[in-house]
Amino acid sequence: MSALSLRGVGKVFNPGSDQEVRAVHGVDLAVERGEFISVIGPSGCGKSTLLRLIGDLTPPSAGTVSVNGKTPSRARLDRDYGMVFQSATLLEWRRVQANVELPLEIMGMDAAERSRQAAAMLELVQLDRFANHYPWQLSGGMQQRVAIARALAFNPSILLMDEPFGALDEMTRERMQSELLRIRAETGTTVVFVTHSIPEAVFLSTRVVIMSPRPGTITEVVDIDLPEPRSDATRQDQRFFDLLTGVREGLRAVEDP
Amino acid sequence: MINRTELLRKLYFRLPAIGIFIGGLIIWEGLVRAFDIKGFILPAPTAITATFATETADLLAAGAGTFSTALAGLLLGGFLAVLTALAAARWRFVRDGALPFAVAANSTPIIVLAPIANSWFGLRSPFGSIFVVAVLVFFPVMINLVRGLLSVEASGIELMESYAAGRLTTLWKLQLPNATPYLFSALKVAAALSLIGAIVKEFFGGSQERLGQYITTKAGLLQFEEAWAAIVLASLFGIALYNIVVLIERRVIPWHVSVRNA
Repeated sequence: MSALSLRGVGKVFNPGSDQEVRAVHGVDLAVERGEFISVIGPSGCGKSTLLRLIGDLTPPSAGTVSVNGKTPSRARLDRDYGMVFQSATLLEWRRVQANVELPLEIMGMDAAERSRQAAAMLELVQLDRFANHYPWQLSGGMQQRVAIARALAFNPSILLMDEPFGALDEMTRERMQSELLRIRAETGTTVVFVTHSIPEAVFLSTRVVIMSPRPGTITEVVDIDLPEPRSDATRQDQRFFDLLTGVREGLRAVEDP
Repeated sequence: MINRTELLRKLYFRLPAIGIFIGGLIIWEGLVRAFDIKGFILPAPTAITATFATETADLLAAGAGTFSTALAGLLLGGFLAVLTALAAARWRFVRDGALPFAVAANSTPIIVLAPIANSWFGLRSPFGSIFVVAVLVFFPVMINLVRGLLSVEASGIELMESYAAGRLTTLWKLQLPNATPYLFSALKVAAALSLIGAIVKEFFGGSQERLGQYITTKAGLLQFEEAWAAIVLASLFGIALYNIVVLIERRVIPWHVSVRNA
């Protein structure tokens, strides 16, 4: 059973009106457990919508989504998803530790266990020294690490990330990418990652899914056969450059057909 | 843990305000004496202060009565406003049904109820005043709180959805904390409104031991020093009530931008 399977998935917003938008059309995709899938494409190609369809934040207009053999809404109720958005979406009235505890609190975990689990997560993202800070006292990169710790706190089987590093500067971004790979190696979580950065997609993923706009559909899936574990040296690898070129050409074909 | 330098520093930044206050009093006193302004137009600050000493008991009794009425009305109106706002945030039909009327009511001079309240509750009943204050306070607090409850970012709501949190959990853990800054800015306005409501209501009769009655009675007897002393007292109570709300605000929302650096 794949971790995630999409068959003929489509989404039309405002159907029948003059503001009708065919955001996603005819998407087929199967993701195995432990895979790291990046979805890349020009702005407005429906990649965020695709992520929201998987995460049951919006229902599909066509086709079926299946997560661990379940419907997305069943999977959401079973707390199979960890989500990270472009903005960290931390609750500003909660300190860092309490922010990470939020999902555990909602799931009814008792206070002692909650605090232990959140502390372990903060250690994982190397922010244990900042447990008592408020979000506004942290940099953008640190806030995003808190969001990742929060998303992983309840051991979700799939991590859905929507341009999580989009607002960060280049150096922070690369550091966060290495962090994310390290964290994933420790947790083994399946990841679906939306981005519009080619190097980011290639560096992180086991496969890169290229989407075309209006209607958003998959035009190409590129296998990323870079050696593991990946490190900063990977970014200098000839194979890395070849793959960048491959993905870039795939995107070019999409943008001016 | 405030050390001496810190205290001196704070005092230093207050100096302009203190200067203007003292300067203003001196000019006021000087003008009254120089032009021999009559007491029924404007008594001198020294005359008003002297009245505080002679009329202490009466003034304090009237002040305490008015202040407790305003506070009771503020608490009652605020409490009902919070309940209504939570219901409006939770159930769409409450929101759609009640909010237009609340917004309309908030644009009317509700204080005109003051003379009517006497015929509803009786001239000597404290509930007439409490009622006027509560109604006056209710609408701005309710409307602002609803605004705060509904102005959460979509991603916050989606985050709660991804945790399969119920509507009440989302209301309690996301929307309500998000709305507390709105609640406090409304309460600061309401604090001033509550004293206005109580005093204006008292102008239309009721117990003698209230600032509103005290002021109208003393003015009628041409005892303007006494009337002015009561006016000053009312202002002090207003400032006190406002500052109580600010103190609570600092304790409750230390994380908010408006409080962080205060």
